[in-house]
Amino acid sequence: MSYLFNTPEQQQQMLQTIGVDSLEALFATIPSDLRLDRPLDLPPALTEMELQKHFSNLASQNVGPGDRVCMLGGGAYDHFVPAAVDEIARRGEFYTAYTPYQAEASQGSLQTFFEFQSLICQLTGMDVSNASLYEGGTCVSEAAFMAMRVTNRHNRVVLLGSLHPEYRQVVETYLKHLNCEVVIVPCKDGSVDPADVDAAMDDQTACLVIQHPNFFGTLEEAAELTEIAHRYGALSVVSYDPISLGILSRPGDYGTDIAIAEGQSLGTPLQFGGPYLGLFSCSEKFVRRMPGRLIGQTVDRNGKRCYVLNLQAREQHIRRDKATSNICSNQGLIAIRAAVYLSLLGKQGIREVAELSCQKAHYAADQLTSVEGIELLFPERPFFKEFAVSCSEGADYLLRKARQAGFDLGPELSRFTFENNPESYQTAVLVAITEQRTREEIDRLVTALKA
Amino acid sequence: MRNKLATQSLFALSQPGRRGAQFPAADVPVKPLEELIPAQALATEPTGLPEVTESDVIRHFVNLSTLNMCVDTHFYPLGSCTMKYNPKRHERLSSLPGIVDLHPYQNQADLQGMLGLLYEMQEMLAEISGLPAVSLQPAAGAQGEFTALLTAKAYFEDKGEKRTKVLFPNSAHGTNPASAAIAGFDCVQLASSKEGLVDLEDLKSHLDDQTAVFMVTNPNTLGLFEKDIKQIAQMVHDVGGLVYIDGANMNAILGYTRPGDFGGDMMHFNVHKTFTGPHGAGGPGSGPIAVRDFLADFLPGPVIGHDASAEEGEAYQLVTPSKSIGRVRSFCGNIGILVRGYCYLRTLGAAGLKAVSENAVLNANYLKALLKDVLPVPNGDLCMHEFVASASKSKAANGITAMDIAKRLLDFGFHAPTVYFPLVVPEAIMVEPTETESKETLDAFAETIVKILQEDPEFLHQAPHSTDVSRPDEVVAARNPILQCCESE
Repeated sequence: MSYLFNTPEQQQQMLQTIGVDSLEALFATIPSDLRLDRPLDLPPALTEMELQKHFSNLASQNVGPGDRVCMLGGGAYDHFVPAAVDEIARRGEFYTAYTPYQAEASQGSLQTFFEFQSLICQLTGMDVSNASLYEGGTCVSEAAFMAMRVTNRHNRVVLLGSLHPEYRQVVETYLKHLNCEVVIVPCKDGSVDPADVDAAMDDQTACLVIQHPNFFGTLEEAAELTEIAHRYGALSVVSYDPISLGILSRPGDYGTDIAIAEGQSLGTPLQFGGPYLGLFSCSEKFVRRMPGRLIGQTVDRNGKRCYVLNLQAREQHIRRDKATSNICSNQGLIAIRAAVYLSLLGKQGIREVAELSCQKAHYAADQLTSVEGIELLFPERPFFKEFAVSCSEGADYLLRKARQAGFDLGPELSRFTFENNPESYQTAVLVAITEQRTREEIDRLVTALKA
Repeated sequence: MRNKLATQSLFALSQPGRRGAQFPAADVPVKPLEELIPAQALATEPTGLPEVTESDVIRHFVNLSTLNMCVDTHFYPLGSCTMKYNPKRHERLSSLPGIVDLHPYQNQADLQGMLGLLYEMQEMLAEISGLPAVSLQPAAGAQGEFTALLTAKAYFEDKGEKRTKVLFPNSAHGTNPASAAIAGFDCVQLASSKEGLVDLEDLKSHLDDQTAVFMVTNPNTLGLFEKDIKQIAQMVHDVGGLVYIDGANMNAILGYTRPGDFGGDMMHFNVHKTFTGPHGAGGPGSGPIAVRDFLADFLPGPVIGHDASAEEGEAYQLVTPSKSIGRVRSFCGNIGILVRGYCYLRTLGAAGLKAVSENAVLNANYLKALLKDVLPVPNGDLCMHEFVASASKSKAANGITAMDIAKRLLDFGFHAPTVYFPLVVPEAIMVEPTETESKETLDAFAETIVKILQEDPEFLHQAPHSTDVSRPDEVVAARNPILQCCESE
């Protein structure tokens, strides 16, 4: 076994030092009637060479973006990942390090996470960012928990019906059994009417959760909705697309209390849905109520600037059942990827990626709707890089025809349940266009769909 | 040596006009942004991201990385956290095209290799745990705990019962009570016996028809196997409750015994501990759960189903259990970490896994034997994969604390063990060598501890002496939190 280092002779010496006769004897505290009396029934062991062949075989049974052009969206996007991101994330000093509890042994991770927090604050215009949560969906639940603590309102939260349906399901799983009512404001024509939100809010509502751009890719009246939330003494929670902030106004600029996001777009591959990156930031006044790890700057005993895990008294290993969250491991390595990605792009690069995605998405929408039977589902609504189209021949027909031509579109809206489930959603699919897509690809798709 | 630029912040390195990534010009007709996006939604000024070159970025982060200790460079005997070697093949295989680039909403027929892998992972975890139904969705061990508690809650509600209490021993990981609290349960902490095990009398006094779940780590955080676990499980079952096994310490018992066999009804795995997904400086983890058959219908979906009679290319499918508690995260789970765990299980097989536990337990007991005269271990003659020593003796004799030992070890090129946990041992030093360390390393570590205990206590209070920084002031940091770069130096 190539990972176990002691030779049989060494094992014998060690057993002698311990004062037992055999390896088996070390397990004497496990009562014999609890012992497994047979080998585990697992597939036979493979050498590295065999495992690699096995993986080549498994990989060949998948068809991925390497084989087809990816225009899939719905919260996970095929943005470009510069080589330097992988190079840094594959350094053993980062990926085989532990949570930086021993500050002297972990200044590399600590400073990197401190800079990650700073980069997210600059991106969002928020005061404080933590060092990451699991992913975008659970961020909504953590934000709702935090809003309940801050407002001391524990029985009601309001979500826009244009929130990612899987995020909504996560919130419902997290909150419903706590007797917290989860109110969904229906989405009409691709975005939510602020008047409907106003009607749904009351003075017992802990927070209003907005997604902007929303699940359908269209823009919400985020600033106006934030004002409405505040009018009722609730916190506003905005789930944003980090790439969109290259051109859209930042959550901090329009007064959001808690800004959250799925951070996968920032330098992390799709890898079938995870691990991804939960971005979580808030106003300074709420910092002691926020979940997750925080890295702070301080000085050491010689007065030298350095970094530590800060405000740990909020966390589960100290506060146990009174902690701000049960979160323990976070997404450190994915946060490192995002820090490298945002550093490489800088203020100019993030703007370019956002503009390219937006321009190409609008070109794609124009071209796709020139195909007979394909229409924008929400023609009146502005969108950023993703949009819904309906197909008169049905969603399956559109997806199949695109696949045959080498393109993956989607997801189809019929895959999800929505608060109000209009008939028109049954024939609709999402299309997401990143900076990686080219005019040639878009034109080729359109030609194939017209054929 | 490093010059002072090496640890300057990226913001301090920033110069207007520099850049680290370039993108091609638009190849589509470009419209004014105001025609595409309403003016009030557009940013009025650019973000405050720094402007640096690619080589700035590389030098910056590579320099920072060298300020870390990690498993690839150092012995990392971190009790309760299992810092073992992370095989390099896993990084390569999990990055292969066709594995790393799959979108979660692709057509299932195009995902048969991945879904097949995950299905096989479910089957292997079921066999290792002795619990037949598995959900891979939880993103971390703590989320696995939470998920299982909701699963239990849904099960009781389905039976028309409303149970309010979750019990756990005082040696439990902090995540146990935190998860129980956010799942809406009342938390009840139990005493430990003199031997450091669950106190059966105290347990008995708290068990009643309001008991939903008893959460226990086995082996426990003192590194001791709960020898009465079958009786404990019976006591919990007798009042209609369920037993949850915190799987953080599974690497001590792989192939020797199974939670399903000793009375557990539910458990989570820490794939990033037991099955070598690297810790990543804090994560990502992966915390799949395994449960008894009568709980299977309540698991969060999707899980991976197998239908041999399905049309070609659709044998493996995503399925939502009939009475599912719902989702606990978006998409399917931390797949990249599960793939690494899969690699590990396929490399080791049944005999290899058993050898992992044997060597982990051998190494822990050997190190314990080497240290027992200078750092006594209050509980148990034989430990499992880890042990908790106490520095009380040295503290009383000359003021050398667990923290002093931990900090001084860094000077000798060893990462510190976990200190001051679990709370039930004074001046706790919790050591877990893991199976991938050699006798030579353990001998050197033990010699170093003996040497440290003979050093000048005043000198030790100032340790470490050779690291880049020493004893950061955490009180100042907490009183006046500085949480982002605020000056340009």
